[in-house]
Amino acid sequence: MEMLSGGDMLIRSLRDEGVEFVFGYPGGAALHIYDALFRQQDVKHILVRHEQAATHAADGYARTTGKVGTVLVTSGPGATNAITGIATAYMDSIPMVVISGQVASDKIGEDAFQETDMVGVSRPIVKHSFMVKHASEIPEIVKKAYYIASSGRPGPVVIDVPKDITSPAETFPYEYPKTVKIRSYTPATRGHTGQIKKAVQLLLGAKRPVIYAGGGVVQGNGSELLTELARKLNYPVTNTLMGLGCYPGTDRQFLGMLGMHGTFEANTAMHHCDVLLAVGARFDDRVTNTVSKFCPSAKIIHIDIDPATIAKTVVADVPIVGSVESVLTEMLALVKADDKTPDADALSAWWKQIDEWRDRHGLYTKPRYRTDGDAIMPQDVIRTLHEVTKGDAYITSDVGQHQMFAAQYYLFDKPRRWINSGGLGTMGFGLPAAMGVQIAERDAVVACVTGEGSIQMCIQELSTCTQYHLPIKIICLNNQALGMVKQWQDMQYDSRYSESLYEESLPDFVKLMESYGHVGMRVTDKKDLKAKMEECFAMTDRVVFMDIMVDPTEHVYPMHVAPDGSMRDMWLSKTERT
Amino acid sequence: MRRIISVLIENAPGALSRVVGLFSQRGYNIESLTVAPTEDETLSRLTLTTLGDEHKIEQITKHLNKLIDVVKLVDLTEGAHIERELMLIKVKASGAQRAEVKRCVDIFRGQIVDVTSSLYIIQITGTSDKLDAFLQAVGEAAILETVRTGVSGISRGEKILSL
Ligand SMILES: Cc1cc2nc3c(=O)[nH]c(=O)nc-3n(C[C@H](O)[C@H](O)[C@H](O)COP(=O)(O)OP(=O)(O)OC[C@H]3O[C@@H](n4cnc5c(N)ncnc54)[C@H](O)[C@@H]3O)c2cc1C
Ligand SMILES: Cc1ncc(C[n+]2csc(CCOP(=O)(O)OP(=O)(O)O)c2C)c(N)n1
Ligand SMILES: [Mg+2]
Repeated sequence: MEMLSGGDMLIRSLRDEGVEFVFGYPGGAALHIYDALFRQQDVKHILVRHEQAATHAADGYARTTGKVGTVLVTSGPGATNAITGIATAYMDSIPMVVISGQVASDKIGEDAFQETDMVGVSRPIVKHSFMVKHASEIPEIVKKAYYIASSGRPGPVVIDVPKDITSPAETFPYEYPKTVKIRSYTPATRGHTGQIKKAVQLLLGAKRPVIYAGGGVVQGNGSELLTELARKLNYPVTNTLMGLGCYPGTDRQFLGMLGMHGTFEANTAMHHCDVLLAVGARFDDRVTNTVSKFCPSAKIIHIDIDPATIAKTVVADVPIVGSVESVLTEMLALVKADDKTPDADALSAWWKQIDEWRDRHGLYTKPRYRTDGDAIMPQDVIRTLHEVTKGDAYITSDVGQHQMFAAQYYLFDKPRRWINSGGLGTMGFGLPAAMGVQIAERDAVVACVTGEGSIQMCIQELSTCTQYHLPIKIICLNNQALGMVKQWQDMQYDSRYSESLYEESLPDFVKLMESYGHVGMRVTDKKDLKAKMEECFAMTDRVVFMDIMVDPTEHVYPMHVAPDGSMRDMWLSKTERT
Repeated sequence: MRRIISVLIENAPGALSRVVGLFSQRGYNIESLTVAPTEDETLSRLTLTTLGDEHKIEQITKHLNKLIDVVKLVDLTEGAHIERELMLIKVKASGAQRAEVKRCVDIFRGQIVDVTSSLYIIQITGTSDKLDAFLQAVGEAAILETVRTGVSGISRGEKILSL
C-alpha cells in the first residue's frame, strides 16, 4: 500500500472523492496541507481574500453544480471567519465540507497561538463535525464527511485537523474507502407507499389546489418531475424564495413567489386553497405569516426528506418523509395510472379566480410601481437584466430590497440559476457566491444583483476575480441606503432612519473598479439603462460593475401585514392594502 | 408532560456536547441527564428527562434522531417502564432528631451509609417522586446537602433498546 503523510493523505482523499476545487486561505496550522496542495495538480485551490468568501464561493459552487463545496482554512481567525458562511449553508441546506487547521494535538486546550475550539464554535451550525485524532483516520473521515454533507438533507460538515496530524515527518498506508456505512445515520430515501397513495387521492380530488415548491426541489433535482406533475394536473404552482426556478417562471401555471414579499395571486391562492401540496419546502415564517391563520381550509400534503421538518410549524394531513425525486416519481406514476382526473369544472373556476387576482394586483399583468417619473425604478433594472440576458443568466444576490426585486422580476425558467441566502439572509453573499458559480460554469453569464450596502461586505473579492479571470457582472441597485432597513423604518418607525444612511460616505465605485483592473459604469438616467446594460454584458471577459442610481424612496411590495396577518393580508403599495 | 428519553449514542468525543447543545440551541429544557458507557464499549447510554407537550417532545425526539452520533432512542414514558434515581443526602441528626430521621429512612427503605455524632448520610433510590417525598418528610431544616444522580430508566418486559 502507498505510504503518505497526513497532509498528502488529506489532499489525496479529496482528489479520490472527486473534488476539483477547494476555496481557501492559508495560515500556520494549515501549512502542511498547503504544501501537500502545492505538490500536486488534481485539486485546484482558489485563493480568496477573506475566509467568509471561501465559504460563500464553495456554497455558490455547490448550489450551481449540486456537488459538495469544499473549503480549507487555518485555525483561529481563519476558522472563525468561516463561521458566517457555514451558518449560511446550514440554513439553506447546502452540501459543504470545511477543513480547518487546528493547533497541534498536544497544545489543544492551552490557549495556544491561534487556537479556537472550531468543533465547539461551529457545533450548532453544522450537520456534523469531526476532529481528526490520528492521520490514519483521514481517508475514512473525509469519505464520511462528503457522504454526510451530500445525503439526506444536505448541510455543512467540519473536519478539524490538528497540525501534527498533517506533518510530513511520518507516513502511513493510504487507501481511500470505496463505500461508507455509518450505523447511526440512515437518511430517508423512499416515501411510504400508503401515504403516497393517500396524497394522490387527495390531490386528484382537489377543487382549489396549489403546489408550493421549495429549495428541496432544486437541491433534490426534482424540477423536471415537479413540472411534469403540475402540467399533467394543470395545477397552479408557487415557489419559495429558495425554490425559484424549480418550476419555469415564465409559465402560465406559475403564480410567482409566495410569502412576505410574494405576489398577490400566490398568497391569495394559498389562503383559499383546499389542497396544498408542499414539496421540499419548510413552512418558513417568511412564508406562512401568522401560522394559526395559514391556509385555513386546506388539507396539506408535505413531502420532505427531513422528518424534523414535518409538523415543525404547520401540521400536515398527509406527511411523506422521502426524497422529492423518489416520491414525485411514484406520485406521477400513480396519477398517470389513475382513472380519476381532477374535476375540470372546479379547476377551470379556480383558474378563472386566479386570473382575476392576477388582473387585479398581479405583478406580471402590468407594472405595479411608478413608471412615469424620472427616477430609475429598481424593478425596471431587473426586468432589463432579464431582457438583456435573455432570462438565461446565473443570478446571485445579496440581501435587501434588491434581492426581493430580483426574486420577483427575474423569472427563472431553470433550477440552480438563482443563488441567494434565504434562511440566514447574509449580506456579503452575492459576490463570492458568483465566483463559485463562475468557477463551476466558466462560459456562463453570471451576474450578482446587489446593493451598495451589501457589496461592501465582501468587496475585497474583486481582487480574487482579477486573479482567476472571473468576468462577473455586478448589478448594483444603488439606493444610497440600507434600503430594506429603511423600508421597515418607514413602515413601523415613522421614518426615523436610525443608522440606515451613510451620509455621503459611499466610495466612487467606478474608480474603485478601475483600481482593481475592472470596468465601472454609472447609470443615472433612465434612458441609458438598457444600452448601458447591453454594453456591460457585451464585455464578456471583464468584470463590470454597474452602479445604477435607483429611486431611493421605493419600497418592496407586496408585503405581508404583520403581526397577526394571514397570507392574504398584504400591503400592495405605500397606501393600499388588501 | 414529563418524559424520560433513553438514547444510545456513539461513545465518541463530542457526542454528549451535541446532545446538550441541541437542547440549549432549540430552547428545550433538560430536567436531568445521566450518561455512562454500556457493556458494548462503542456505545453510551444516556437518559434524560424533559418537560414539554406532545408537539415539543416529537420535535425533541426527531432532532435527537437527526444527530449523527445518535444510534437509537426510545421515549420510555410511552410504555410501561421502570425508573430509578439515586440520592445521597446529609442530614442533621442529633438528640431527638436522630430517631425521627432513622424512622423516616426505614419507611422509605433508604440506608444510612455514614454516621457521625451529629449527622447521617442517607442513600435512597426510587422514582424522582419518592425522592422528593423523602426530602419533604425529613424537612428542609434538617437537610445539609443533597446530591441526585438524575433518572435512569428501562422498559418493562420484552422491549429492548439495543443495536
Ligand atoms: C429579506 C428576505 C426576505 C425573504 N422573503 C421571503 C418571501 O417573501 N418568501 C419566501 O418564500 N421566502 C422569503 N425569504 C426566505 C426565507 O427566509 C426562507 O429561506 C425560505 O422561505 C425557505 O425556503 P424553503 O421553504 O424552500 O426551504 P429551504 O430552506 O430551501 O429548505 C429546503 C427543504 O427541503 C428539504 N429537502 C432538501 N432536499 C430534499 C430532497 N432531496 N427531498 C425532499 N426534501 C428535501 C429540506 O429538508 C428542507 O426542509 C426571505 C429571506 C430574506 C433574507
Ligand atoms: C450581515 C448582515 N447584517 C445585517 C443584515 C440586516 N439587513 C438586511 S437588509 C439590509 C440592508 C441592505 O442594504 P443594501 O445592500 O444596500 O440593499 P437594499 O436593501 O438597499 O437594496 C440589512 C442591513 C443582514 N441581512 N446581514
Ligand atoms: Mg441599498
